[in-house]
Amino acid sequence: MAGVRIIERELNIVGLTHRYGPERVIEDIDLSIAAGEAVALVGPSGSGKTTLLGIAAGLITPWEGRVHSTFARPAMMFQEPRLLPWQRTLDNIALGLKALGHPRRERRNAAAALAQRLGLDIADLDKFPAALSGGMQSRVALARALAIAPDLLLLDEPFAALDVGLKHELHALLAAERQRSGVAVLMITHDVMEALRLADRIVVLAGKPGRIVATTEVGRDLDARDDGWLLARTAEFLRTPNLRAAFALPPLPTAERVAS
Amino acid sequence: MTSSIVSPHRRLVEAAAATGRYLWGGMGSLAGLALFLALWEATAQQLGSLILPTPREAFATLAQMLTHGSAWSDLAISARRALAGYALAVLAGSALGLAAGASITASLLSRPIVTLLIGTPPIAWLILALLWFGAGDGTPVFTVFIACFPIVFIGAMQGTRTLDDRLRAVAQAFRLPLGMRLRDVYLPHVVSYLFPGWITALGTAWKVVVMAELLSTSDGVGAALAVSRSQLDTAASMAWIVALVSALLAVEYLLLEPIKRRVEAWREFASSSES
Repeated sequence: MAGVRIIERELNIVGLTHRYGPERVIEDIDLSIAAGEAVALVGPSGSGKTTLLGIAAGLITPWEGRVHSTFARPAMMFQEPRLLPWQRTLDNIALGLKALGHPRRERRNAAAALAQRLGLDIADLDKFPAALSGGMQSRVALARALAIAPDLLLLDEPFAALDVGLKHELHALLAAERQRSGVAVLMITHDVMEALRLADRIVVLAGKPGRIVATTEVGRDLDARDDGWLLARTAEFLRTPNLRAAFALPPLPTAERVAS
Repeated sequence: MTSSIVSPHRRLVEAAAATGRYLWGGMGSLAGLALFLALWEATAQQLGSLILPTPREAFATLAQMLTHGSAWSDLAISARRALAGYALAVLAGSALGLAAGASITASLLSRPIVTLLIGTPPIAWLILALLWFGAGDGTPVFTVFIACFPIVFIGAMQGTRTLDDRLRAVAQAFRLPLGMRLRDVYLPHVVSYLFPGWITALGTAWKVVVMAELLSTSDGVGAALAVSRSQLDTAASMAWIVALVSALLAVEYLLLEPIKRRVEAWREFASSSES
């Protein structure tokens, strides 16, 4: 497989700085994502995460620095589902396939098959997005992103507004998709547990302007990340001084730090 | 996988249900209309038919005008003028409005001009048109155009002004080609602003054309109204008014409103499923 591939897929960001008017939002960002790798950008609100993702997606032209991507088919999920309100669920899922020029019948079949895999009801496919619950809309947005068989998935906190159960379910779907297709992921989140659940590497962004203050390898197989491990690892990660500083958490009492 | 996810049978049932709902919803309007006719009848009986003919007299006169008189040709002449001015306003107003909405500068510049156009009474335009175009078709057509143009223009400008940046980002992220961006992302939004403007403008066109004809031409419904006024023929006047209003209601509720419902089916769901 690797021998057949001529271009190595990767996303490279070097020396990136961006500003809105006089206000710098991110500064000196170096970040690279290899094929099949999942990177989570974690940071407090206002640390420029969304800007960084927008630049990676090519939606924002950076002020300074170099962004180079050889991924052929990036797909994106936004903070809100952002479905087209005037198109039925099935056509919303098939949107990217239509852009790629797949014929109507073929793309609708593919979309329906994917929708079923993601746990959407057949009956829901004929509804307009406004008739779906928030959780279902997120599912449709995920299906729309996965429909084009992306090699890079850009996620802008898409699960932030969902309840724990739905979040858990969509995390599992995403993890399964990673293992099935080997899609690379760049996700931003302020949920440390979500990052530990899905990513290979966690990059902590903090400050104003946002800079990378820490990088952690998760180093555990995706299927081995059960709830027990996840809770323990999250607790451990939250004790990291860099992370506490990034989120402006009060320092831990000394006794507890010793105990850990 | 089968492609019968959306069975034609189900679509048919949905369409029938929607039509049923539409007709049932019309019951309220019909009741209102009946009430109006009752009030008209009662008032007419009080005042006498020289001042206000009863509905039955008005309808009888209308039927008589339609079968023996020149009512159809007068209606056709007025319709032709109204539609000509309306079509010009829809074309120019939509195109210029969409363009103006695309640029902040253009919309800022055009806003006071449009306010001015809307604020100027059609009768003032009519006087100018009489001076410019004389007593031909030009006067009513121009007056209709200038009365409808700002209504269409504002709708179109709001349409492009309010395009959702978030959906634009979706279009960009999924690399939609230009044609698809226009058709699938921008057009449905813009149409939902254009359509109400078009409907309002059509009503205005119909009203303004009669007013323009009343003062400027020798044929058409307006001119016929002028004649019936000069002959103190209240029954004929009422008959013409009934004809005008019926024509407008028929076009609006039998043609435009069903189209609007179809084009904006997604809105119905948006309002009914707030959960």
